[in-house]
Formats: sequence, structure tokens, C-alpha cells
Amino acid sequence: MSSCRLVCLVALLFVLVACHEGEQAVAPVPRPPGTPAYGDAIVVGSIGEPSTLLPLLASDSASRDVTGEIYNGLVRYDKNLKLEGDLAERWEISRDGLTITFHLRRGVKWHDGQPFTSRDVLYTYRITIDPKTPTAYADNFKQVKLAEAPDPYTFRVTYAKPFAPALESWGVEILPAHLLEGKDITRSELARRPVGTGPYRFKEWIAGQKLVLESNHDYYEGRPYIDRYVYRIIPDTATMYMELKAGGVDMMGLTPVQYQRQTISREFLSRFNKYRYPASAYTYLGYNLRHPLFSDRRVRQALTSAINKDEIVQGVLFGMGQVAHGPYKPGTWPYNPNVKDFTYNPDRARALLADAGWREKNSDGILIKDGKPFSFTILTNQGNNERLKSALIIQQRLRAVGIEVKIRTVEWASFLKNFIDKGDFQAVILGWTIGQDPDLFDVWHSSKTGPRELNFVGYKNPEMDRLIEQGRGTFDLGERRRCYYRIQEILAEDQPYTFLYVPDALPVVSARFRGIEPAPAGIMYNFIKWYVPKGEQLY
Amino acid sequence: MLYYLAKRLLLMIPLLIGITIITFGVIHLAPGEPVEMQVAMNPKVSAEARERLRKFYELDKPLHVQYGKWVGRLVRLDFGRSFAPDGRPVIAKIRERLPVTISLNMIVLILEFALAIPIGVMAATHRDGPLDRWTTVFVFLGFATPLFWLSLILMYLFGVRLGVLPISGLHSLGYEAHGIWWQIADLAKHLVIPISVATFGSLAGLSRYMRTGMIEVLGQDYITTARAKGLSERVVIYRHALRNALLPAITILGLSVPGLIGGSVIFESIFAIPGMGKLFMDGVMARDYPLVMGVLVIGAVLTLVGNLLADLAYAVADPRIRHGRERAL
Repeated sequence: MSSCRLVCLVALLFVLVACHEGEQAVAPVPRPPGTPAYGDAIVVGSIGEPSTLLPLLASDSASRDVTGEIYNGLVRYDKNLKLEGDLAERWEISRDGLTITFHLRRGVKWHDGQPFTSRDVLYTYRITIDPKTPTAYADNFKQVKLAEAPDPYTFRVTYAKPFAPALESWGVEILPAHLLEGKDITRSELARRPVGTGPYRFKEWIAGQKLVLESNHDYYEGRPYIDRYVYRIIPDTATMYMELKAGGVDMMGLTPVQYQRQTISREFLSRFNKYRYPASAYTYLGYNLRHPLFSDRRVRQALTSAINKDEIVQGVLFGMGQVAHGPYKPGTWPYNPNVKDFTYNPDRARALLADAGWREKNSDGILIKDGKPFSFTILTNQGNNERLKSALIIQQRLRAVGIEVKIRTVEWASFLKNFIDKGDFQAVILGWTIGQDPDLFDVWHSSKTGPRELNFVGYKNPEMDRLIEQGRGTFDLGERRRCYYRIQEILAEDQPYTFLYVPDALPVVSARFRGIEPAPAGIMYNFIKWYVPKGEQLY
Repeated sequence: MLYYLAKRLLLMIPLLIGITIITFGVIHLAPGEPVEMQVAMNPKVSAEARERLRKFYELDKPLHVQYGKWVGRLVRLDFGRSFAPDGRPVIAKIRERLPVTISLNMIVLILEFALAIPIGVMAATHRDGPLDRWTTVFVFLGFATPLFWLSLILMYLFGVRLGVLPISGLHSLGYEAHGIWWQIADLAKHLVIPISVATFGSLAGLSRYMRTGMIEVLGQDYITTARAKGLSERVVIYRHALRNALLPAITILGLSVPGLIGGSVIFESIFAIPGMGKLFMDGVMARDYPLVMGVLVIGAVLTLVGNLLADLAYAVADPRIRHGRERAL
């Protein structure tokens, strides 16, 4: 893994040097929109290969990228991240919040021509909760007390108590019952040759090289303009970037340095469009709250005050991201814009530390208390350069207030097994993805502090527990928002993590594709409306 | 000779058992479990779901039971199913990667021998002359250059700047629509950079062996005799000296056999070539036990076979060994 990182580093260096000739930051004239036309293909670069095309069994992003084009759920998020009907035309939630009735879209067909009905939804529900199915996604459906399909176009679920994330959970991909019922899903052909209801149907998969989808002319929202979707597997990012420049790839995600430095020439900008929006993820420095060093809240507040988050965003992300103050994405409805945690202020950090009893310094300038120096290790997983760089910047800032930080990177599997699961760590730099539903139960509730559970820092706060339960127990958006606003205030005060940053997603797409409209949901939400004018079609 | 062969084959059985134990032990000693990689740090996964997955992969059984089951399948040549979410048979995964890796490695091996042997011989016959010096510099340059770096430079030069060669992968998009000759030419174009780079990097070892072997042989009495007989220099070098100097090359060839199925992760990643190296590396990172053990066992068996073949070829090529051994047996 370390050799891989070296590869990337040197490759980056080389690309940096090689591309520096004649770079000017002049925006080219945008191409005229042209008229929408069917045809052409898009080649998407990916560093990973999908593992399986049965979404129920997949947990990697490559698989999800592809299955997202092949299958539909009952609901989905629209461009503004609001839930809208997908295979369900509309739905009703009973007044007590316990029953959701979905009215399914009529006339939707599976790629093999069979009609889509409530039987498929019921099957998807049953196979997901079947104890024999090795899926990671059964938990939300476990809350369901009763699922029934009174007629082919109605599907009704009843919960034991109101459960706000329930609606979102029906966004899971619906599987074809007529092809899977009564069969062992783990050995199904559909993992390699999927049949869905989505805008693209499966064509071929050449292992380790590419996966090809072609447009579904009978798609219920209309035929997509682009005829083929080619998913090319290129494990090395430097290679992928060169393929992009040579025309072998039409779309990929850029790194911050590529976005800021290597893709600013007029020539590049006339051939490609770059996009930038906040990614649904954040990176944090988490403290082991069971460790005596971090049990005092003032110490954690001091650590956050001593860290310059802006500097991390600049140094690590080249400014392609924003400072994080809590677990939500800025601009989304649960995000509380009034919460600002401790800004960079080393003097306040020193005062807080002195309050907590860290007054004297030893000959190296490290704070001591009861004869012990303030020294701890930040662990992070190997192969994530951004996290390592953040750790280095933090190390230097904490040294300035008299705290010694050591940095250690460990391969992911042993990182989890030897350190996280055993609670044998002091501080970690890791990241979470930010779900569309703001429920925080798994990461912050005190009942999730057991071994191998996600509240691994051991955060326990009764008020927090109450707010989390209240927030997931109602469908009332106003009430939920109040809960989550308060939660962000509590976290900002308690500082169980130092929230570091929300990076930007930086996709780049060949300029021959038109109809791309960036929105809070990113750019892929209207993929079926993308088109290439007749004269510019390549494939 | 037959007795020798039988004995060697029988000796391979305990070796193979040892290999399976070590393979199984090593991968299970590595921290982390396959399930971890799929579910850890995923907010949607409960402890119950994790147990369900462990049970599905039979990781809840004691180690010796797991080993017994695995070896039981292995003797029936069943490598089991991968722990990756696709759950495909390990052998299917290996089969789809193996041809690419073997063909590539074969081409590189052939080019390596075809180039390194003449280079070594020439260096020896022109010992300490400019030809010797320049070839030495050349092969060591190949040995010392980081290949991924060289690859990236060549990709940038020929792929992006000049646009004459494809950058990565094995085929162009839409190659299926063309005729067979076009397809072959397309494949060849894709292979120019990777094969050149790999060959360049492999020349040093063999050519140095050849040079040393040749110099040693050229100093032997029988070469002086041959020259004294008035044979032409060509006959002396290619008939009398070369055959004897080739012996170490046979050893190297034998040792190269297991290397044929092993690929380089970095190399395959850079060129987006779906080979064994990437498969194995991904398997290790995901703790895909059946896959990793499958690849290791196949590699170990091939090593044993390669060693055996090299020893046999040695005996055939060198009468001293052949006769010496028969006496000893």
C-alpha cells in the first residue's frame, strides 16, 4: 500500500511538471447548447471494479454507481435532496405515523419485458430481512411490523413506532421477483447479468476492464439520450487522468490538486467542464473519550482551539472544501448555520489547558501534569493521503501549544481489528459519509458504544440520546430540525470530535455532453437528460 | 532417471501439505476478517448483520474445522467460493485473469531471453571494451529505473503528447466491431509500452549471469585447445563456449515458471491490465481467504513443478550431473 502511495505521489509530481507549459487561467467560450439528440456513449473512469450487481449484496461505491443506473427504488432524492416518487407514484403516511402506503407506478416494465408490481416490492422486503441473505442492509427493514401488497399496485408497511428514516429506506433498489423468487440469491446469475427497471440495461461485463450498459428505450421516464454507458476500470488515478486528456475517458473525479493546478489551461477547459460542490462526507479527529487524557471537555475544547481548520482546508484540499463544525453538510436542512465551534485561537487553547491542570512544561516544552507529558498518537488508515497530511498539520499546531503528537498509519483491516475494536487508541483521523436522512443514532447514541459499534469513541450524553430518539420518532420536519439544531450545539460544546472539513466533489465531464445542471444533489441526478449534439457524437 | 523422478514427485506430497498449512495459517493470522471489510464503519450495519455474514462464510467455526473443509475441497480441485460479495468460484476468478498474465509474462520472458543472452555474450566477448560498458549501463539503467515512473513518462509521451499509442487497458472501445486482424493490431498497440517497459526492467539479471558464465568458460583450457586447433572464433564461441555458459540460464528459466502466473500490482494498476497481481492484492486487502489461498497454492505448486523441470533440464543438458547422479543413486 505504501508503494501505491509512492506511485501516486511521484506520478503527481511528474504530471505537475509535465503539464506546466503554457497554462493560462482564461475561461474559454462555452459551447452552444445544440439540439438534444439520441446516440453516443459516455466512458466513466473508476478506480474500483464493481463486486456484484445485486445491490442488496453490494456495499462498495463502484457497484452502487452501476446499479444506480439499472434499478429503481420506490422513492428517490430529487435535485434539491427532497424525497420524490420513483417507482411509487405517490405515498401516504397515516396520521399516527405508523403506516406508509405506496401507490406504485403502472406500466413500468422489467428489462426482460415483465411488468413491475407490488409482488417485486414484497419480495425485495422479504429477501432483505431473510436471515440467510448475507446483506448489510436489513436493519431499517427490521423496524417493519407488517408488509402487505393488497393489490398489484399498492404496497403498505406498518411500523411498531414512528420511524422517520423509514421513508428513505424504501429508496433501496427493487429486485425482480419473477427471476429470483425461490432461488438462492447468493448464487444468482443476476449478480453478473442484472435485470432492473432503470434507464440503462446491462449489456456486457469484461472482468477487470469494463462494464457496458445500453439505454432502455422503454424507460418509464423516456428513453435516455446517451445510448451507452461504459464503466472503465482504471485502478491508477494518474493513468486515468492521462486517459481523460487523451480522450479515453469522458468523466472522472479530480483530486484537488488536479482541479486547481493541472486543469486550468485554455485547451483543457475548452474540451472539459469541471464541476464543484460539497461532497456528502466529512473528516474528523476523534478522541477516545474513555482515555484519561481526553475525558476532560476543556482539553478537547483546547485541542480544537489549537487546530487551524482553515489551514487544513487550504493545505490538504487546496481550498477545495470547507471547514466542518458538525456532522451535517452546510446548506442542507438539518445543518445549523449558527453553530460555530472553537475557532483557531492558541491563547484560548493554552488557557483552557491551564484550567484543566496542564500548567508546567518540561525541558522539551511539552506540557506536564502529575509528572506525565501531554503526548498522544493519532492513528489513521494507510493509503489515505489527505488524512495523513491533516495529521501532519495538526501535529505541528499542537506542538505550538505544548502537546506532542505522534502519527501512525495502519492498514485498514488491522486498524479496525487491533485498535478500533479493542478501544486501544488515543485519537484517530477518519471520515463519515453524511446520509441524506439526518438520523445520528448509530454514531452518537450511547447504546452504540459496544465493541464493534460505531460510537467507538464512547460518547455518552443523556440529552443527546433523548434528542436523537425524538428526531427519528417523528415525521414533522420542523420538530426534527429543532432536535438536530440542538444536537449540533451540544456537539460544538462537547467536542467529542474535532470536526475538520467537508471536501468538495470535483467531477470533470467532456464538454461534448450538454444538459448537465449542477444542483445540491450533484450532477448525476438528471443523467438521462444529458445529450451530445449530433455533430459532436464520437461513438 | 525414472526412479529419481518418482522420488521427487513423492517428496512433493508432504511439501504440498506443508504449503497448505502455512498458507492457511498465514492468511488467518493477518488481523481482520473478510466480514470486517464489508461491514465495518458502515452505519447501516448492525452487530446482528455482522454475525449473519460470519455465519454465512462459516467464520464462526473453529479454525481446524475451517482448514479441514478447505483442504477437503482442495483435493477435489475445488478452490471454493470467493468471500467477495459476488461469491463466485475462486477458480472462475483466476481463470479469467490467468490468460492475460501468462501471455504477457511469456512474451516478456521470451524477449528477455532473446535479448539478454546475446547482450551477455557480446559483453563477454568484448570484455571491458566500449560495447561491454554501454550494454552494462543500459541493462543496469533498466534494473534501477522505477518502472511505474518510466511507464507514466512513456504513456504521457506516446499517449497524450504524440497520441500514437493507447495509454491503458487491452482493447480500444468498440473493438468488437472490427475484423480479427484489426483486433490483433489493436491489442499489439496496447501492449507496446507495458511489454517494452517490463522487458527493459528484466534484462540486467540474466545478461549479467550470461556475461560472467561466458567469461569463465572462455578462460577454460578446452577453449584454448579449440582455438589452438585453429577453429574460427565463431565456432569457438557459439559451439564450444556458449553451450556450457547456458547452464545458469536454465536455472533461471526454471525459477521463472512460478513467476509466470504472478503479476505485479503496480504494473497492472498503472496499465489497467486485469491480471493476477491486482486480483491477489485486492484479495489480500479484502481478506478474501479462499481467493488468496487459491492463488498461493497454485503459485506454490508451480514453483515445485518449475524446480523439478529445471533440475531435469539440467540433467539433460549436463552429462556431469546426469552421470554423477546416477552413480550416487
